[in-house]
Amino acid sequence: MDSTTLIAIASIVTAGLTIALGSIGPALGEGRAVATALSSLAQQPDAATTITRTLFVGLAMIESIAIYCFVVSMILIFANPFWNHIIAHAAGK
Amino acid sequence: MHLSPDDIVFWQHGFLKLNATIAYTWGLMLVLAVGSKLVTRNLSTGLARSRWQNLLEIVVTAINGQIAEVGLRQPEKYLGFLGTLFLFVAMASLFTVVPGYEPPTGSLSTTAALAICVFVAVPLYGIEDRGVGGYLRAYLKPTFIMLPFNIISELSRTLALAVRLFGNMMSGTMILAILLTVTPFIFPIAMSALGLLTGMVQAYIFFILATVYIAAATRTRKTTTEVVAEPKPDAEAKHKSEGKVEPEPKPEAKFED
Repeated sequence: MDSTTLIAIASIVTAGLTIALGSIGPALGEGRAVATALSSLAQQPDAATTITRTLFVGLAMIESIAIYCFVVSMILIFANPFWNHIIAHAAGK
Repeated sequence: MHLSPDDIVFWQHGFLKLNATIAYTWGLMLVLAVGSKLVTRNLSTGLARSRWQNLLEIVVTAINGQIAEVGLRQPEKYLGFLGTLFLFVAMASLFTVVPGYEPPTGSLSTTAALAICVFVAVPLYGIEDRGVGGYLRAYLKPTFIMLPFNIISELSRTLALAVRLFGNMMSGTMILAILLTVTPFIFPIAMSALGLLTGMVQAYIFFILATVYIAAATRTRKTTTEVVAEPKPDAEAKHKSEGKVEPEPKPEAKFED
């Protein structure tokens, strides 16, 4: 197996694993956050605006972890420096 | 693969490139500035207002209220910077309804620039409010061992701001592009609507995070009990004014007895 194939396999597998494993944690965290927010809304409906706003800010922070994994995955597929280098090397030959 | 508007180049000369990001950013700035100028030409202070003035008043009052709710004491001082952040990111996402437009926030350059603006603004507002000594002393706040962690957290949250906005905007446009090659007409439109929603939410998140960082830098944070206690005096005042009506009939009933 030459290095081009190896780099391609590693990039594709890693990209898939990154986004697959990277979505589990944020999804679980967001589920817990929303569940807690719903129960506090049920206990104190007066504080609805504060709770909702804090919930959205918290969800965005948790979501950004999944976004990091997504960006790494996109880089591996579409802007892979190792792939570009090996292709330029092979084309130069 | 088309990752960001940076790939669309309109004009190039040596290393100077006029790409779609720059063009759309300046277009947005033009629309915001010229539109506001046109709307605020004849401001009326009475009850009769033009609808555009009404719209702008709603927006400015809402942003002012949000800044005050986070805990900054004089929201007008920060309204220019924070309001512009929100309006720019929101408009950048909203104009997706125009065909052929791509949000410039889908490019890491734009979001990094906005995040660097926040990174520079936080110490500026902190030093203006607390003085250089007071602001720098805040880095030693829980204990002086936390100094490297506080510095790292400053840098990492700037990076997080940039990458969060970039990731959300880029994924929206990329999903749309992928779906257009795969499915018929309706599904990409639904995803475009979802992209609009996430654009608005991300604009609000960027704005509220910048506000929270500035609030953390300008003064010691209000404790959560203080923040929650603020609506309660209003509620108690309401109950008191309502309750005044009730006890009065009762003494009269006793006399009648």
